[in-house]
Order: sequence, then C-alpha cells, then structure tokens
Amino acid sequence: MIVAEIKPFEEIKDMLKDYKKVLIVGCGSCVTVCLSGGERQVELLASALRMARKIEGNEITVGERTILRQCDPEFIDQIKDEATQYEAILSMACGAGIQGIAKRFGSITALPAMNTRFIGVSDGQGKWVEVCVACGDCILYKTGGICPVARCAKSLINGPCGGSQGGLCEVSRDNPCVWEEIYSRLLKLNLLHFLKEISPARTRPVHPRKVVREDLRLKEEQTKGV
Amino acid sequence: MGFRESLDSGKFLITAEIGPIKGTEIDGLLEDARLIKEKVDAINVTDLQSSVMRLGSMAVCHLLKDLGVDPILQMTCRDRNRLALQSDLLSAWVLGIRNVLVLTGDHPTLGDHPQAMPVFDLDSVSLLKVIGRLNEGFDMAGNQLKGAPNFFPGAVVNPGANTETALEMQIIKMEKKIEAGARFFQTQGIFDLDLFERFMKRIEGFKTKVLGGIILLKSAGMARFMNKNVAGVFVPETLIKEMETTKDKVKTSVEIAARLIKGLKDLCQGVHIMAIGWEKRIPMLLEETGL
Repeated sequence: MIVAEIKPFEEIKDMLKDYKKVLIVGCGSCVTVCLSGGERQVELLASALRMARKIEGNEITVGERTILRQCDPEFIDQIKDEATQYEAILSMACGAGIQGIAKRFGSITALPAMNTRFIGVSDGQGKWVEVCVACGDCILYKTGGICPVARCAKSLINGPCGGSQGGLCEVSRDNPCVWEEIYSRLLKLNLLHFLKEISPARTRPVHPRKVVREDLRLKEEQTKGV
Repeated sequence: MGFRESLDSGKFLITAEIGPIKGTEIDGLLEDARLIKEKVDAINVTDLQSSVMRLGSMAVCHLLKDLGVDPILQMTCRDRNRLALQSDLLSAWVLGIRNVLVLTGDHPTLGDHPQAMPVFDLDSVSLLKVIGRLNEGFDMAGNQLKGAPNFFPGAVVNPGANTETALEMQIIKMEKKIEAGARFFQTQGIFDLDLFERFMKRIEGFKTKVLGGIILLKSAGMARFMNKNVAGVFVPETLIKEMETTKDKVKTSVEIAARLIKGLKDLCQGVHIMAIGWEKRIPMLLEETGL
C-alpha cells in the first residue's frame, strides 16, 4: 500500500487560514489501511479544525466525506455536487489522490493534509516500512523476495557495502542490513548462485513514467495517437 | 617502478593513505607525502572520506604525481552518476593518474552534509566493469573513445566483517569484483592476525593481490571508538591495554603496527598503512619492521 502520514496540525491550520468553507475528503484505500486518511481520521481532523478556529474567533465550516479511491475519477465524481459548495478541498489521500481531486475540480483549491511517504507494509502495531520503490525493473526473483533497491540505504544490487556492523546498517542501527536477510533467504531456498552473478547497473526512470496498454485503449484514441 | 609494476614483480608492497583536508591549505599534506614518498610504492588519496566535504582526491593525486609519487585515486559511487564517474576517470588519466581504487562509499548521512542526495548510480562492481570498458576504448554506453586510458583498478574487502553472513557476502562480492576487473585489494584495518589468516585461507586461489590494512592506533580511546563505530575493525583488548598503560603512545603504537606488519608479511602481498594524521610516523614504523 501507499503509506502516508498526516501533516502537523499547525501546518494544516495555516494552509486553511484564508478559507471559511472546506470539505475534507478521506480516501478509503491505502491511507485507510495505514490509519492515516480514512473516515475516522477525517472526522478527527474536522473536529480539531472547527475547535481551533472557534477558539481563534474565526469559525470555519468543515464538510466531511470519504470516497473509496481518490486516485480514480469514477469515485471522485461521487462528490462533484457537494464539492462546488466549498472554497477548498482538503484531501486526506496520497499524492495521487489529491492530484485527482485537483484535476477534477479545477476551480476549487485542493490542499494536501498528508505527506505521502512510500510504498510499504505494516511492520507491527503502529509501524510501517518501505519495501518497494516502484523502480520498474523487478529483480525479486534473484533476491529471495526481499528488495535491496528499496531496503538497502544505498540501493546496492551486487551485495552489501561493508559498512554493516553486527548485521546492522551503517546508516541506522535500527535497520538490519537487508543483504544479510537476502543471503539467509537465498541460502534457505538453495538459490545462492543468484548472489554470485553480477547484476548490471540499473536504468534510471525518467519522470513522469507512463504505462500504455494498447490492448485496453479506445480505438479512436489509438488512431489519434493520444 | 610504478605501483602496478611493483605489484607484478612480486615484492612485498607498501602503500599509505592521505586524507585531503577541508580547505585549500595543502602544505602539510604535501609535506607528509614528501616524507614518505621514498618509503612507499604508492599513496592512496581518499575520496571525501566519511562523507565529509573536502578537497578532492583527483587534485591531490595530481599534486602527488608532480612530487614523483604513484598515486592511487580512490573513487566512491556516493557523489557522482555514471556520466561524472566516467568523465572524472578520463580526467584523472590525462592528469597522469594510473591507479584507481573503487569503493561504494559511506552514506552521506554519516558525514557533515547529511541532507545530500546519495547517488549510488553505479556500485563498486559495475564501476569496476566500466573501468574495464574504458580501458578497452569504450564508454559505458558502448561509444568509442578517442584515446583510451589504461587504468590499474583495485577494490576493497573487509576481512573482519563480524557476522558469518557478512563475511560470506564480503567474499562473494570480492569474487564479483575480481570478475569485474579488480587487480588488487586493500583491506580494512587488521588487528587480529589469526582472523586474517583464516580469511586468506578462505580466498586461496583467488587471482588477485591483497594488501592488508594497518591502522596506527593513537590511543586506547581511539581503539574503543573504532570497535564500536567502524565496521570490520576489531582491536583486541590486549592491544587496548598496551595503549592504555604505555608512557609513550607513539612508540607503542608503532610497535603494535610493526608487529602486525611482520605478521602480515607471510600472509599477503603487501600492507596498506592508514596513519590517519600520523603520516610522519610511517618512516619510523617501516624502519621498525625492517621494510
């Protein structure tokens, strides 16, 4: 999932200082799962904002909605009528979600309540870790299903750097050297030969990246070359 | 005789290391080089060691060359992408630099500009392969060069990696580095000869030359600090005691290093002395070892 964190309250409050009517929109997908931008968090943020602004003597009207996926125009359309009644939409989705909102409602300001952090998984209660950088060239079959591009601080693909101590990364002693984990897994899987092969330098992605599936495109778009 | 020829000749080699300073005052550095140049086969110049911004390795190597030293350019993958690495290699060659030591490099977060972008576009293995290609007259993209270098590439290995797994991976990576063109290895500081002997047995048959690393201990505190913070360095308690109880730290430090060098003579093909600011003591140390 995409892991995102809510921004510091003061930063959100400052972003909203010139607005009187704001719709907070949560997202029912990744950020709900990582407990940062779902229905419950929308409710909490809305109450906190109303209260803070009331104390300041500058009351604000805050609407609350949560849609299943902010990265999908079909779901964004569900709030199209309601959205026009507000000056701004405060999105509690990832960076893709808020940009979907901004694109759909060009005349309403879209504001981010979140910082999008990474593609990750839960690592125990209240903790999430990055496991994929969406590099576009998956090598997990060679590394025992553990990604060194995402999980080695130097993204090394030919083995560890020599900076680990006691099996811990030189960058943060909180992190195990991912190459130790890869080695152990490959050993268990009897696939150590992969570690002995030289992996060629990776091709760096050029942003923005696109995926085009000709088999799924509409005929008229294909001929127009859109 | 240059470093490459000396290594090929089979004599026991001595290299030392100079770490450029932060700033432009190069007098001290050149003074150190002058003092040791007759005693060593080559001098490494570190590349922003510990990820601290300093004077660059290439410029210092060039100055050493002017002094008649055969320099070893240390090149990390931390700060430059493949364009800059290749270009710097060509620049180094035209400045008379013939030897390159390839390293991954410490992470920027360990240095004095922790906000810097870590590059690591290539890793040590792929950089070695690139050097091989440049030597053949081609860049990494396959374009032909007008005039090719003929570098003598080396790499590093950490024989003291302190978990079984880490050591196995050091050895696997060492093999990959040899396959990628590394002709010599300089190691992390060695303080335990038995451990190093086991390492050398383990890599018996590898077609390469190994220069064992020697770090001059300055104090017991430094030894403890390294044990805690420097990967692959382990100073045994007996040596720490020696440093702690001595009245003459320099003398004891030199004695310890001399003992280690004598021990290494039968185990590997040379030593690489990291004096870390005590470069002036290198002649005294070599005298003590009889080298």
